[in-house]
Amino acid sequence: MDKRLRAIAVLLVSALLLLVGVPLLLSGWLLFLLTVASAKALAVLGIVLLLRGKLLTFGHALYYATGAYAAGMAVRYLGVHEALVLLALALVAGVAMGALLGLLVARYRAVYFALLNLAFSMVLYGMLLKLYNVTGGTDGIGIGEPTLAGFRLGGNALRIAMYELSVILTAVLVYFTHRFFVSPLGYTLRAIRDNEVRVEYMGVSVWRAVYVSYIIAGALGAVSGCLIALSVGHITPDLAFWSQSGEFVFVAILGGTGSVLAPVIGSVLFEAVRNYAFELSPYTWQMTLGIVLLLIIFFLPGGVWSLTSYLPRRSSR
Amino acid sequence: MSALLETVGLTRFFGSVRAAEDLNMRVTEGETVGIIGSNGSGKTTFLNLATGYLKPERGRILLDGRDTTALPPRAITRLGVARSFQIPQLYLGMTVLEATLLSLAARAGRIGAWAPLQRDDRIGEARQTLAQFALDTHAPRLIGELPEGSRKLLDIALAVALKPRLLLMDEPTAGVSTEDKFEVMDTLAAVLRDSGITTLFVEHDMDVVQRYSQRVLVFDQGLVIADGEPAKVLGDADVRRAVLGHV
Repeated sequence: MDKRLRAIAVLLVSALLLLVGVPLLLSGWLLFLLTVASAKALAVLGIVLLLRGKLLTFGHALYYATGAYAAGMAVRYLGVHEALVLLALALVAGVAMGALLGLLVARYRAVYFALLNLAFSMVLYGMLLKLYNVTGGTDGIGIGEPTLAGFRLGGNALRIAMYELSVILTAVLVYFTHRFFVSPLGYTLRAIRDNEVRVEYMGVSVWRAVYVSYIIAGALGAVSGCLIALSVGHITPDLAFWSQSGEFVFVAILGGTGSVLAPVIGSVLFEAVRNYAFELSPYTWQMTLGIVLLLIIFFLPGGVWSLTSYLPRRSSR
Repeated sequence: MSALLETVGLTRFFGSVRAAEDLNMRVTEGETVGIIGSNGSGKTTFLNLATGYLKPERGRILLDGRDTTALPPRAITRLGVARSFQIPQLYLGMTVLEATLLSLAARAGRIGAWAPLQRDDRIGEARQTLAQFALDTHAPRLIGELPEGSRKLLDIALAVALKPRLLLMDEPTAGVSTEDKFEVMDTLAAVLRDSGITTLFVEHDMDVVQRYSQRVLVFDQGLVIADGEPAKVLGDADVRRAVLGHV
């Protein structure tokens, strides 16, 4: 069979399985777990994208919360309930926030870059917490049940719709990110990782490349946060807290940075491990996660994705 | 003929060390000029000044009559000045082909986020460039795995891929073994002749300068102490004392 045809066939079958098979077969809470995992995978993808340029951020929850609260504010003050509009608003908010903070952050590297992002995320956390009249403080904001492309859905139908929305959007943005990785700008980011001076001597602005990458990562984080807001239905300042940022970095290491699919696998695995760890031992689930991270670092430093190198390769005849 | 590169009263000190003082020089289009001098005579500083990496305390740098003194390296590169480095400055985690493709994309000003870097026509051009430097067999290899001599050539190939009007090379034979250095220089000379790139290169090796440059500048403690035909200049007793430390 033609290579292209086979690729399309594989894509169609997996789309059918994911979008029709999974909702039919899986129970409600497993579907919710996958919804959350695929949504959060986008924020992790942002981390992985920046890591290509050796830029580690400990504040990516900043964008996650920005997306969620952009949606929350629109629900609360504008009475918007359409999921697609809320997602678009979150995307715009994420890009705007990235464009603003990037002006400063894109000048820094290494630990300064990591901590500056952390600082900004904690400033946002503080504001979300203290500006009670605007943000609802610790009470947060209720998102309610959104409409989807004008359709009002409820109960199980909404849960399935949110799952499909999350999976489709994640798939599309994973593809976009893949395009970025193999584009000249994506390669420039890798070049920056190795040698910034040489990049400038190619006539390319290092600052611009980092700035644009930072905005893209922020946009991914914001869409991720909005999807979570829509599927969970309630948002609180914790979305911006440093431990949330830490979780994204954790999942990035768990999944690996070798492919755009790694964050998705890492995210599903993380949500599963957290759920079962909590079920098995409610008081020490964080320790279980810590042990998992240690095992990954010692035995699979390339993340779970590195296991794919053991898969049998089709011979390319 | 007007100068492609010209410096006027270029001055730069590092503390009390004089790297350049009232340095006036010109390179005309089509020339191959060698700069020679002992360690610390200001050769590399000159390249760093000419490409905007360092700023002079006084003086101006003119490229084709245009003042580039205040411009950063990337702006000067975009005006057609490329450089290579004494210690190759490469992307060790990339393949030879990828790095070359990136140089070609940079030259075209096409650092976008959507269209793929690896286009068929661009790959063809990259392979041609690599073939000129006899690096085509290394195309799929990681740069980090290349032997030192090949890295040196690739460092220059990435600069040539930018199709500059002026190429500045910092010790093209440093780190290359004595047996190989003439072979490396022959390869380079052929590429540069074919592509008609004006070249200014820094060297501490008298034989290399003598053989491959049309004109030589001799640097000594930030001053140009001689400027002229290689045979004449390098035979001068004062020059030999300045460069070699003996006659």
